[in-house]
Amino acid sequence: MSLSSLKTATFRVIPGFGLTFGFTLTYISIIILIPLFCLFIYSTQLSLSEWVKLVTSRQFLSALLLSLTTAFTSALFNSFIGLLFAWVLVRYRFWGRRVIDSCIDMPFALPTAVAGIALTAIYAKNGPIGQLFTIKIAYTPIGITLALLFVTLPFVVRTLQPVLEDLPKEQEEAASILGATPIQIFIYVIFPAILPAWLTGFTLAFARAIGEYGSVVFIAGNIPFKTEILPLLIVSKLDQYAYDSASAIGICMLIIAFILLFIMNMIQRKLNKTS
Amino acid sequence: MARLLRYWIKQLISLKNIIVIVLMGLIINSAWSTELLNVSYDPTRELYKDYNAAFIQYWQEQSGEKLTIKNSHGGSGKQARSVIDGLQADVVTLALAGDIDALNRYQSILDENWQTKLPNNSTPYTSTIVFLVRKGNPQNIHDWNDLIKEGVEVITPNPKTSGGARWNFLAAWVYAKELYGSDDKALQFVTDIYRHAPVLDTGARGATISFVQRELGDVLLTWENEAHLALIEQGDDKLEIIIPSISILAEPPVAVVDSVVDKKGTRKQAEAYLHYLYSDKAQHIIAKNYYRPTNPIILSQYATQFPELKLVTVDEYFGGWSTIQRKFFNDGTIFDTIFAEINN
Repeated sequence: MSLSSLKTATFRVIPGFGLTFGFTLTYISIIILIPLFCLFIYSTQLSLSEWVKLVTSRQFLSALLLSLTTAFTSALFNSFIGLLFAWVLVRYRFWGRRVIDSCIDMPFALPTAVAGIALTAIYAKNGPIGQLFTIKIAYTPIGITLALLFVTLPFVVRTLQPVLEDLPKEQEEAASILGATPIQIFIYVIFPAILPAWLTGFTLAFARAIGEYGSVVFIAGNIPFKTEILPLLIVSKLDQYAYDSASAIGICMLIIAFILLFIMNMIQRKLNKTS
Repeated sequence: MARLLRYWIKQLISLKNIIVIVLMGLIINSAWSTELLNVSYDPTRELYKDYNAAFIQYWQEQSGEKLTIKNSHGGSGKQARSVIDGLQADVVTLALAGDIDALNRYQSILDENWQTKLPNNSTPYTSTIVFLVRKGNPQNIHDWNDLIKEGVEVITPNPKTSGGARWNFLAAWVYAKELYGSDDKALQFVTDIYRHAPVLDTGARGATISFVQRELGDVLLTWENEAHLALIEQGDDKLEIIIPSISILAEPPVAVVDSVVDKKGTRKQAEAYLHYLYSDKAQHIIAKNYYRPTNPIILSQYATQFPELKLVTVDEYFGGWSTIQRKFFNDGTIFDTIFAEINN
């Protein structure tokens, strides 16, 4: 199909479909597709048996398990805390609301390594918060989860905020007039409306947390089989100049994140259809 | 439409002009002042800051040319990888010969025999691994076998990601092998040491921070110069350096990156930069930054700072870095076995 036929086929308010579409494709290729493709190419340097050996090694599996459990815990926890934050920020007007609102984005703006060092300093045995607890926080999975809580909070809050803002007040008022209790209103009116956004927030946080390196590596302690996260394994492979195994682990993480996002998209589609 | 097109073309031309002018400016600028890039590892930050100032002055007196020298610091392995991936380093001054050898693994960017080009295996300064303990030495740590006493926590980085940690590992191995005589016993001893490690930081600086700032552990295994820097930083009322009976002679070598200096035309300057490290003046700077000078006369002048201890070299003891890497630190080899054993 030539460019002119595209133009004449349909009338669009803003012209230039050919140009913008071309730009989009080029941009996506250069920024996203080619780098990811190269990752796959690199990992194909490993033979199938090497692949199997890599992903079934005890060290890889325990790192994977640790990354998945800490990421899941933090995403789950944040999906509740995030909902609370979004609710307070949207529904109430109070002094300092804007300050809190912009603080939510801080984890996005702060370099993750800086966050990691700060968190370690605070939660270490002699740190201002760490010394209040008898259990060890830094250098344990609890510390890792804390670091992940820090970096993934904005994902949940920022996906829920606009949805809560758009929620029509009339529905809640109608439910209230019909005699629904506040809990019933939440379960039957608010919850179904925000569920898709909530799931998105959860998934984004989860997917991001699996691959998080900078903020976690300082607080993790990096003891093999105990507190070693997957991204650290990648770095240790790179330090042995094993680019192929490093990219193979990268691929594994990418696949996990992709599956997560894909499942969420499917669920959302279903939810949108039914509502 | 045609007018719009003409407008865009005009815009493009002027944009192109701007880019061309900026590029030309950059090229002319770089032709005027010669710039050297020294890619080094973490604990040499302070040393090269002092040395660069001395060399710039020396070179200006020698040739009248004003040099700019830039330094890049980071974990040794990571730095080597940056050079492999195209960082245009004129000289590399890394933590171990293995990392410089690795530069040639993917493309030959320097001479195979780089280590024969300068005196002492291209090593202008050496260092060793010592212990840093808290003031008063509460756990009574004097030698390697005190590290495996009940309740002692040892801070060392991860040998998979840190060059310094590999020296720590080998030093402990040498001690056990000398004492017990067999590789099996040495493995047992080193395994016991790692049983006492609560964290494995990714680099030497990180481990120092864990020990000094986070007050984690009872003893830090570290570079001699890093231990002295921590002492200066924290004051000697908080920390103490303990010299073990035996340790390893750490030889961080230096090399010119041939492919880069030939392309940039900076071979003369880069070679002089490394040669001057062996001069008396530079050797004093080295000693003042707590690296051991290779010049024996200057070393003896700093005898109080560098107490004598038995030192073995990796080449005579382990047969060089490529053997070490294959035997100890590659995936599935001794270091991995140790942690599989600990977590069984």
